[in-house]
Amino acid sequence: MTDVLVCVKRAPDTGGDVTLTADGQSVDARGLGFTISAHESCAVELAVRIVAEDGGSVTVLILGTDDAVEQLRSALGVGATSAVLIEADDPAAFGPADVAREIAAVVEDGSYDLVLLGNDAADTGDFQVGIRLAHLLGRPVVNGARTVEVTGGTATAKVAGPDGVETYALPLPAVVTVLEGGVEPRYPSITGRMKAKKAKIETVAPRAEPRGSGRVRLTLPPAQPSTVEVLGEGPDAAPAVVDLLQRLGVMR
Amino acid sequence: MILVFVEASDDGTSEVSLETVTFARTLAERIGGPVHAVIVGALPEKVVDELGGYGVAAVHHATGAAFDAFGGAVWATAVQAAAGDADAILAPGTPRGMEVAAHLAARLDVPMAANVTGVVSADGGTLRVVRQVLGGGVLEEMDLPQRPAVLTVAGHAVEARQGEPVAATLQEFSPEVAESDLVARVVSMEPVQELDQAGALTSARVVVGAGRGAGSSNGFGEVSELAELLGGALGVSRVVTSLGWRPHHEQIGQTGSRISPDVYIPCGISGAIQHWAGCASSKTILAINTDENAPMMTKATYAVIGDMHDVVPAINAEIRRRRG
Ligand SMILES: Cc1cc2nc3c(=O)[nH]c(=O)nc-3n(C[C@H](O)[C@H](O)[C@H](O)COP(=O)(O)OP(=O)(O)OC[C@H]3O[C@@H](n4cnc5c(N)ncnc54)[C@H](O)[C@@H]3O)c2cc1C
Ligand SMILES: Nc1ncnc2c1ncn2[C@@H]1O[C@H](COP(=O)(O)O)[C@@H](O)[C@H]1O
Repeated sequence: MTDVLVCVKRAPDTGGDVTLTADGQSVDARGLGFTISAHESCAVELAVRIVAEDGGSVTVLILGTDDAVEQLRSALGVGATSAVLIEADDPAAFGPADVAREIAAVVEDGSYDLVLLGNDAADTGDFQVGIRLAHLLGRPVVNGARTVEVTGGTATAKVAGPDGVETYALPLPAVVTVLEGGVEPRYPSITGRMKAKKAKIETVAPRAEPRGSGRVRLTLPPAQPSTVEVLGEGPDAAPAVVDLLQRLGVMR
Repeated sequence: MILVFVEASDDGTSEVSLETVTFARTLAERIGGPVHAVIVGALPEKVVDELGGYGVAAVHHATGAAFDAFGGAVWATAVQAAAGDADAILAPGTPRGMEVAAHLAARLDVPMAANVTGVVSADGGTLRVVRQVLGGGVLEEMDLPQRPAVLTVAGHAVEARQGEPVAATLQEFSPEVAESDLVARVVSMEPVQELDQAGALTSARVVVGAGRGAGSSNGFGEVSELAELLGGALGVSRVVTSLGWRPHHEQIGQTGSRISPDVYIPCGISGAIQHWAGCASSKTILAINTDENAPMMTKATYAVIGDMHDVVPAINAEIRRRRG
């Protein structure tokens, strides 16, 4: 039996060109959908698999506005068993240390054997909430795991290190941050979606005033005027392409 | 003092570590030096001299069995011990650099800025930096009001440049380690083929890319052939791995590999910012796409407008024809 808490973050689903709000404080999300990062989707999938093997529960958690219920329900649709929203009017005011402290409070109130997070959030990319959380809880943490399995009170995590696949063995309770690529997140089933729609979402308030993220403003990298040279259209361009490859010295 | 966590292998100091040291010298001009480096675990022979060439005054080397295998917490113990009352602690924006820096920031209870590309100002104790967010598609100015300032330097955001050479001193030390910091450590390591392939992608001089334009899992024959003809590697977009057309270790981008080849040839890839994050440091980009207005086509150095399934076979045939 393993009780797993998975922390995910609602973020705008940016694809091509990004624009910023007039005050430069955030990405202009008008017209964009919202998502969680691919790392976090994999964390949800790993949690669901652990519990399918071993029994237990998967609770998904977001610190965000009440719009984040959308992402919580998506996670419920693919097998999470309950959901917690730490409801904040201005989640951007919470820096990574603030988020870690708020998650720690939820963990201490509950009885979670394993906390999974993404390696880095899709929007702010701070690369630290999981490690700060582990530090606050006094638990061991593995960073950037592709897979996590639990057997007999031990979590085995595999990380793609610089020289090969590294294995960590952690006594529970523990914290693991997940990188995309070890598992394929499942799509919600129809019954999963139905259940998710009806599931009750527990809402709690933040425990403390945030210290802030240190953000001064966002800017866009200077737009580089296009200097592209079109070599041609269709298959007729092939000789020009091969001339170029020869000039660049990659033809061998 | 500015302390840089440096990663080294038998080939010497890693490129991103040298970039980070270069960045540290720029920072030293603002907040004062000297620049020191700390290495945990094995110290390849030539690294101390190499770092001296980049202006590093002292190399701290943490020795002891506790550091033989990697562990974020235990390696951070070593860096913290070397830091003393450093004004700033820098790490390369690599997975281990990020991990060690985050442990340090958590212990010191100070903010950490990830993927920094520049310094805006250093007035009255607050360091204001610029860093990449959204995989580099957006920049954030961020304040680090506390000391030490903890930050990681984004890979390939600054060029590694040698500095005023100094004879770096080597200072070995064996810090005390708490039992609890040894819990999360690598217990075994197996080199695998898949990683070798991802390694082949990040070190290839030529990368041929393929995205949704490939059409199906059967649409990769021609691009693979082109990669082979050029002695290069195949890389793909996230759409391709999500659809299960190709394995994840071939993915380029924010959540895949970061490549920096001489030539990148993306075919049927639109050039979303998360993809661009992984290929922006390519020297030359030759894009092939049906849509001349796709971001990849306007950002590329060269472009061919057309269906990849027509253009790529024609290129392959032309290469073979010229080779006779
Ligand atoms: C948090 C997050 C992380 C992400 N990480 C990554 C990442 O690491 N890597 C990554 O790649 N993406 C990543 N993405 C996804 C990214 O936003 C894009 O969805 C993805 O890169 C698009 O892939 P694509 O270019 O293959 O497909 P599309 O955007 O659909 O583009 C297909 C292109 O092919 C062209 N085309 C179609 N048919 C042909 C043909 N026959 N011949 C030639 N051209 C043709 C079209 O004109 C179009 O430009 C991430 C997204 C998020 C939210
Ligand atoms: N607001 C949030 N709510 C829940 N989890 C979060 C939040 N922010 C960050 N996290 C988790 O922490 C991970 C790392 O985030 P970061 O350190 O900000 O890059 C994310 O992938 C999430 O799993």
